[in-house]
Amino acid sequence: MEPIIEIKNLTHIYSPNTPFQQTALDNISLDIYEGEYLGIIGRTGSGKSTLIQHLNGLMRPTSGQVLFQGQDIWSSKALTHSIRFRVGLVFQYPEYQLFEDTVYKDIAFGPRNMKLEEGEIDRRVRRAAAFAGLSDQVLQRSPFELSGGQKRRVAIAGVIAMEPKVLILDEPTAGLDPAGAASILENIEAYRRANGATIVFVSHSMEDVARLTDRLVVVSNGTLPYVGTPREVFAHGTDLEALGLAVPAMNRVFSRVRALGVDIDPAVYTVEQAKEAFLKAYRGKEGV
Amino acid sequence: MALKDITLGQYFPGNSLIHRLDPRSKLIFTVLFIVAIFLCKHLVSYGLVLAVLLILIGISRIQPKAYLKGLKPILFIVVFAAILNLFYTPGTPLWSFGIFTITREGLWKAGFMVLRILMLLACTLLLTYTTSPIVLTDGLERLLRPLKKVNFPVHELSMMMSIALRFIPNLIQETDKIIAAQKARGADFDTGNLMQKAKALIPILIPLFISSFRRAEELAVAMECRCYHGDEGRTRMRQLTMAGRDWVCILFSLVLLAGVCVLRYFGL
Repeated sequence: MEPIIEIKNLTHIYSPNTPFQQTALDNISLDIYEGEYLGIIGRTGSGKSTLIQHLNGLMRPTSGQVLFQGQDIWSSKALTHSIRFRVGLVFQYPEYQLFEDTVYKDIAFGPRNMKLEEGEIDRRVRRAAAFAGLSDQVLQRSPFELSGGQKRRVAIAGVIAMEPKVLILDEPTAGLDPAGAASILENIEAYRRANGATIVFVSHSMEDVARLTDRLVVVSNGTLPYVGTPREVFAHGTDLEALGLAVPAMNRVFSRVRALGVDIDPAVYTVEQAKEAFLKAYRGKEGV
Repeated sequence: MALKDITLGQYFPGNSLIHRLDPRSKLIFTVLFIVAIFLCKHLVSYGLVLAVLLILIGISRIQPKAYLKGLKPILFIVVFAAILNLFYTPGTPLWSFGIFTITREGLWKAGFMVLRILMLLACTLLLTYTTSPIVLTDGLERLLRPLKKVNFPVHELSMMMSIALRFIPNLIQETDKIIAAQKARGADFDTGNLMQKAKALIPILIPLFISSFRRAEELAVAMECRCYHGDEGRTRMRQLTMAGRDWVCILFSLVLLAGVCVLRYFGL
């Protein structure tokens, strides 16, 4: 698989040469592959947000490179600008960025900045609204009279309307009720399938990350200590807890059981896997 | 321009002598120092005031770079004032080309004007860099307390000031976030003519206004939940106390002011 985004030896320092100097990212390298569902986990202040803002050229690396399809995104001004349309970034609590008087106009803001023609803008707005689960009636209303969950959908649609190849979402379900959260995750999955898009999903809900993603990146103190499939990463369950991350409940149970001296798979993180692992261990014993 | 570069109301925590002074004595010093700056007329008095300022900046143990950065925003005003004084002061001509004449008096006046503006700002920077905004408004409230006798709402005013100062960093952060979010949707703030640039601000200003109103409402509710009811019967967690060094500071500013007055009397 071809990497769509390559991060090479990226370092980012905030307020360099002042008393507030702080290294947010310390010489990290990471490849993001076309079409994958990548999860980024890390506690508050670990450097997650800084990392994702480098992926679409909102932040400039202090040193190192970010390549999009093999090209350095900072090699020309036009390229940096166009990367924003190809790598869509949905910030945390994106509903606070709404500003237009109708939902339709707000979703159209991105496509309009792309200088598309009216017909194409209209097509994209309606398609994005459908992906985000917004009905046609909602499009003509003011975004400020909608509920919190609906506003979130409008903001996500605003990014989807640019039809990015890579869609980055920073805690898209934060503060939503479980039903609303589940439905937004389904909408994202639908967009991914329809466009073959790459999804980068930032969260500290371990259960969501474990269930959805193909590959996981752990960010801690500006470094990436663990990168791999959820199974590989959660095999380090106790280390993850030491980093201040809440690992999935099943993973925690299994780490404890292992610590008691039972020979059991430590990389378990869902209830189904737990059931199988227990049965396997149990049958193994009976066999003896 | 990056918003985080704005130094207005910024505070650099530290433990220098100036940091430890009571905010009231620092406020009194600043006011008297500003008066002294305006009384300066001659190289001698300017030199004296400048020397005092530079020494105090040294004592504050804050990088001179921070002061330079704080002075940068008024560069335009400084240059403007210098040019006006340089060309429009009558006196002995030094150079002239066409309608422009530079006089000896103009040169001096322009120099003094630049020095005066820079010193005015530098001495207020000295105050805000070494005093946290909350402490500063506390001090101001205490100093203005006598005005309550004439029904001036001192407490309300200082509460409003501390809230405003307290939320400057939040507002800057919020603005940065909104700018980033709109940039992520391809908003362009740097190109186009003035009209287009002004229009490009709408996607930032509207969300900012809305969140400010929301924040104000939340803050009001939070304050009421904690039984805030204004000035009457309110006690303080941080009691301001004047130490020996504070009286020395006030005495020193009075002496400095008197000194500048004497110099002025003798035409220096």
